Amino acid sequence: MTDITADFAPATAPAPTNYLNDGTTLWSWLTTTDHKRIGILYALSITFFFFIGGIAIGIVRLELLTPQADVVGAEAYNRLFSLHGIIMVWFFLVPSIPATLGNFLLPMMIGAPDVAFPRLNLLSWYLYVGGALFTVYVILAGGVDTGWTFYTPLSTNYATGHVAAAASGVFVAGFSTIATGVNFVATTHMLRAPGMTWFRLPLFVWAIYAVSLVMLLSTPVLAMTLLLIIAERVFGMPVFDPARGGDPVLFQHLFWFYSHPAVYIMILPAMGVASELFTCFARRRVFGYTFMVYSLLGIAVIGFMVWGHHMFVAGQSPLASLVFSFLSFIVAVPSAIKVFNWTATLYRGQITFEAPMLYAMGFLALFTLGGLTGLHLASVPLDIHLHDTYFVIAHFHFIMVGGTVSAFLGGIHFWWPKITGRMYPESWARFAAITMFLGFLTTFLPQYVMGYGGMPRRYQIYLPEFQIYHVMSSVGALILAVAYILPLLYLGWSLLHGRRAGDNPWGASGLEWQTSSPPPKENFHGTPRVEHAPYLYHEETTGPDVDRRVPSQAREERP
Amino acid sequence: MIGFSDIAQASQYATSVDIKFIVLTVLSGLVALLVFGLVIFFAMRYRRGSLASRAPLPNWMHRDLEIGWTAATAFTFLFIFWWMATAELGALTQPNTNFEIHVEAKQWMWKAEQPNGAREINEIHAPSHTDVRLVMTSHDVIHSLFLPALRLKQDVLPGRYTYLWFNADRDGTYSLMCTQFCGTDHARMIGKFIVLSPGEYARWSAAQPEADDIARQGAALFVSLGCAGCHASASRVHAPDLHGLYGSKVPLEGGDFATADEAYIRDCILLNKHIPAGYPAIMPRFKGTVTEAQITRLIAYIKSLSTALQGAS
Amino acid sequence: MSDVALLREPWPNLERQRYAASFGIWTFLATELLFFGGLFLSYAVYRSLHPEAFRVASHETAIAYGTTNTLILLTSSLIMTIAERAAVEGLRRLTITCLLVTAALGTAFLVVKGFEYAEDISKGLLPGPDFPLRPASTQLFWGLYWIMTGVHAIHLTVGIGVVLVLTALISRATIPLQTPASEVISLYWHLVDVIWVTLYALLYLPGRK
Repeated sequence: MTDITADFAPATAPAPTNYLNDGTTLWSWLTTTDHKRIGILYALSITFFFFIGGIAIGIVRLELLTPQADVVGAEAYNRLFSLHGIIMVWFFLVPSIPATLGNFLLPMMIGAPDVAFPRLNLLSWYLYVGGALFTVYVILAGGVDTGWTFYTPLSTNYATGHVAAAASGVFVAGFSTIATGVNFVATTHMLRAPGMTWFRLPLFVWAIYAVSLVMLLSTPVLAMTLLLIIAERVFGMPVFDPARGGDPVLFQHLFWFYSHPAVYIMILPAMGVASELFTCFARRRVFGYTFMVYSLLGIAVIGFMVWGHHMFVAGQSPLASLVFSFLSFIVAVPSAIKVFNWTATLYRGQITFEAPMLYAMGFLALFTLGGLTGLHLASVPLDIHLHDTYFVIAHFHFIMVGGTVSAFLGGIHFWWPKITGRMYPESWARFAAITMFLGFLTTFLPQYVMGYGGMPRRYQIYLPEFQIYHVMSSVGALILAVAYILPLLYLGWSLLHGRRAGDNPWGASGLEWQTSSPPPKENFHGTPRVEHAPYLYHEETTGPDVDRRVPSQAREERP
Repeated sequence: MIGFSDIAQASQYATSVDIKFIVLTVLSGLVALLVFGLVIFFAMRYRRGSLASRAPLPNWMHRDLEIGWTAATAFTFLFIFWWMATAELGALTQPNTNFEIHVEAKQWMWKAEQPNGAREINEIHAPSHTDVRLVMTSHDVIHSLFLPALRLKQDVLPGRYTYLWFNADRDGTYSLMCTQFCGTDHARMIGKFIVLSPGEYARWSAAQPEADDIARQGAALFVSLGCAGCHASASRVHAPDLHGLYGSKVPLEGGDFATADEAYIRDCILLNKHIPAGYPAIMPRFKGTVTEAQITRLIAYIKSLSTALQGAS
Repeated sequence: MSDVALLREPWPNLERQRYAASFGIWTFLATELLFFGGLFLSYAVYRSLHPEAFRVASHETAIAYGTTNTLILLTSSLIMTIAERAAVEGLRRLTITCLLVTAALGTAFLVVKGFEYAEDISKGLLPGPDFPLRPASTQLFWGLYWIMTGVHAIHLTVGIGVVLVLTALISRATIPLQTPASEVISLYWHLVDVIWVTLYALLYLPGRK
């Protein structure tokens, strides 16, 4: 093992050369093959799109303050929520943790100097940008009005928006995802440092590996499905046209075959981040490492078998619905195991509550609530009532925002000193974390209630009895906006004025903390050698900061 | 404030769905409270510097506890699945009923046709305490008929029939909505679902204009559209006799069999999709010359030719 | 010397880098299978729903062109394999010749395909209001025909381009002969061939006695 440096006195100056100042021209950034810089390029891109998608839904929530249509017209409203979905799913959530934190950390966590195919990695980012340009064109040209789900025959024969352009943008961005998946799988298999066996990998690495497998196998099906829509809409090929024998429900099967694994693409990396945060801030190894690994893999595999639970009322047979319902209950089991294991990781820990831990606890609470409502939606009789209502919207936002965005922000804060060499201001960060948690609950809890009451999705006007819930939801959205803008401001501030961080300000375990902050271009000086399991926080073993830990008063029980 | 008592329950089935929902929500709430309780408890008791014991965990805690809660979770989830599924199985099989309302969805309105031919727009009247089946199709894109008071919805597809059946037991006026995004005025594709007692329903439907037996109208169309030219028994053209056709198993050219249900008849009329064995493929396609309403009447007439059915009520 | 030129970051040695290139391309081929899988699934579903229409429709495909193209592509795969083996053995001239022949055969495929498309269009086999065949679901087959052969042709074109670029780089000694790229490109070429053989079976063979 390379030198264990427990460095708590902040260095007064950054290391002479690190990946950030190794070439400072714009050209050096745009032609980089350094995975760390590519991670930052992605981070900037997805942040931009996050705010575009957020503005779109901000207008929607403004409209929904009253039951009438008084802010925008019907077509504009439909295009706003469609854009929100397309941007948030494909241009924010899917790349968020894998392409930013995954790119930055995967090679470092396994002790490698870079990913397996660095030039392919740069191409991935350019593919993302290419897809993004299509999307910007769609926005400027007036938007798309099919919802993010592009159902046929609406999208192929009836919609008036820019369907082909939007589909093309997602198509190109999909190849970005596939390339990243190939890269990460090859990296994990082939570039682990000596001694880093599979079952010594941090759970974040396992999560990135699992998500890469899902990305590889599901995204090509989406690509083909979008191609078929373009073929029908632009070239008149009858693929889903019932007048010529086509079946619009076939589109749904193809679309959801990708889009259900897609939601696991969005949550698996968040679970990986959560495992890193809980272990560090409870100063304990994760409870049940092996079960955690197999849970990640189980979710990835079974996640491919449940897509029909989006189609209980689509016209598929009752038998098919029951099979998909059964498998959906099965896939919930590994997620539950993970929740219990994170909880048990806290037991007998030495817990502190810095901002990353607050985000992690928020993740745990909101993911648990969201996951439990997944049981409702997996039950056929309940889903028949709840399908396409606000209950579903609440469910997936609890997972994707309450879960993934919380974990993403927690990870950004946790690894901020490593990435930038600066610490963020702790009080502001804690305030933002708590604000996000409260704003989130205010926004989305009322949506469960009105969903059961029959408030449909994608409705600009609604029955007056739902107004109180919509007002609560819109007020919550405003609070969430504050909670998202704050990190933008104080993290930006910290780049110039933040306290300089040492190599390992958290005293965390993991190879990435054994090198300088920010790291050198080649990540490590020399090749690290690994000799033990991850998460060395326990007293009874030697670990990175064994001399710093507050000794527990008693090995004997307290009376 | 919406409480469960405010969400109308128009049928026994709706009540059973509410019970399932409440039980599952309570169960989920208990699990959530357990998890949150433990997290908060551990966060306080084991915060850094507290005096609680940090002794190493005993082995049983690693292994047996983990296996225990995995098994408990799996069994609980399987039990919930079983409970939801078996209660659902009864609702899965269509009741054997003659009472059919034909629904056509189009951008952006609902058209309904009662068994006696009475037509409605954005409203569906139905008698209570009767097994009612909705036979639905779309004129254009995929829509979805949502009847929240019944806790039911079903997507309505172009080129196909889909079905919804219910037995409402509480008279009243409820809402009816489209819940599959269908374009510009998706949110305005709403209407009323009105449940009347059988007596009131009978009075209402008799008072509607265009109230006429749709099977009789279908018989007239059968002649005026030229179907009788080939399919009447006196015709010299070799075309299948339609008496007894509905519900029967038809051997097709190529060796397969098809069941002659509404979809089969519709596909024959519109697309010449099925060629019965032994007959030439000379039937003209009526796509574009026959409306949805006319197809409904033709099918009703053909059904009436089957001895198994006594015709629409 | 040429080993050093081949080795690139982040690989500790050339053998690992070669293995990784192989690993990477096989992974990518798996994604391509899923990409075409969506098309094959649609074909399978529609063929089972409209068996008679598919028989009628596939009878109209130009089997002479299709068979010629199958032979062209299979031969090109053989030549490609020889090229790759020659590269490993260090036979520079043979490698370059075989790569050029591969590209030429690929181009010949596209030319033949062009003639076939012209004939299909002249027979009116573009789905639309004037489609000559009955019943209407024959247009489903032909829609899939144009999409499947079109996507395949795009993949083939990309393959030809990459082969030509590789040939140029090797002949100018910009990259060494033993580059891992030749195995990668060879595998891609074989995939394009396998896809075509499958398309041949699905599009040309049904409906013929």
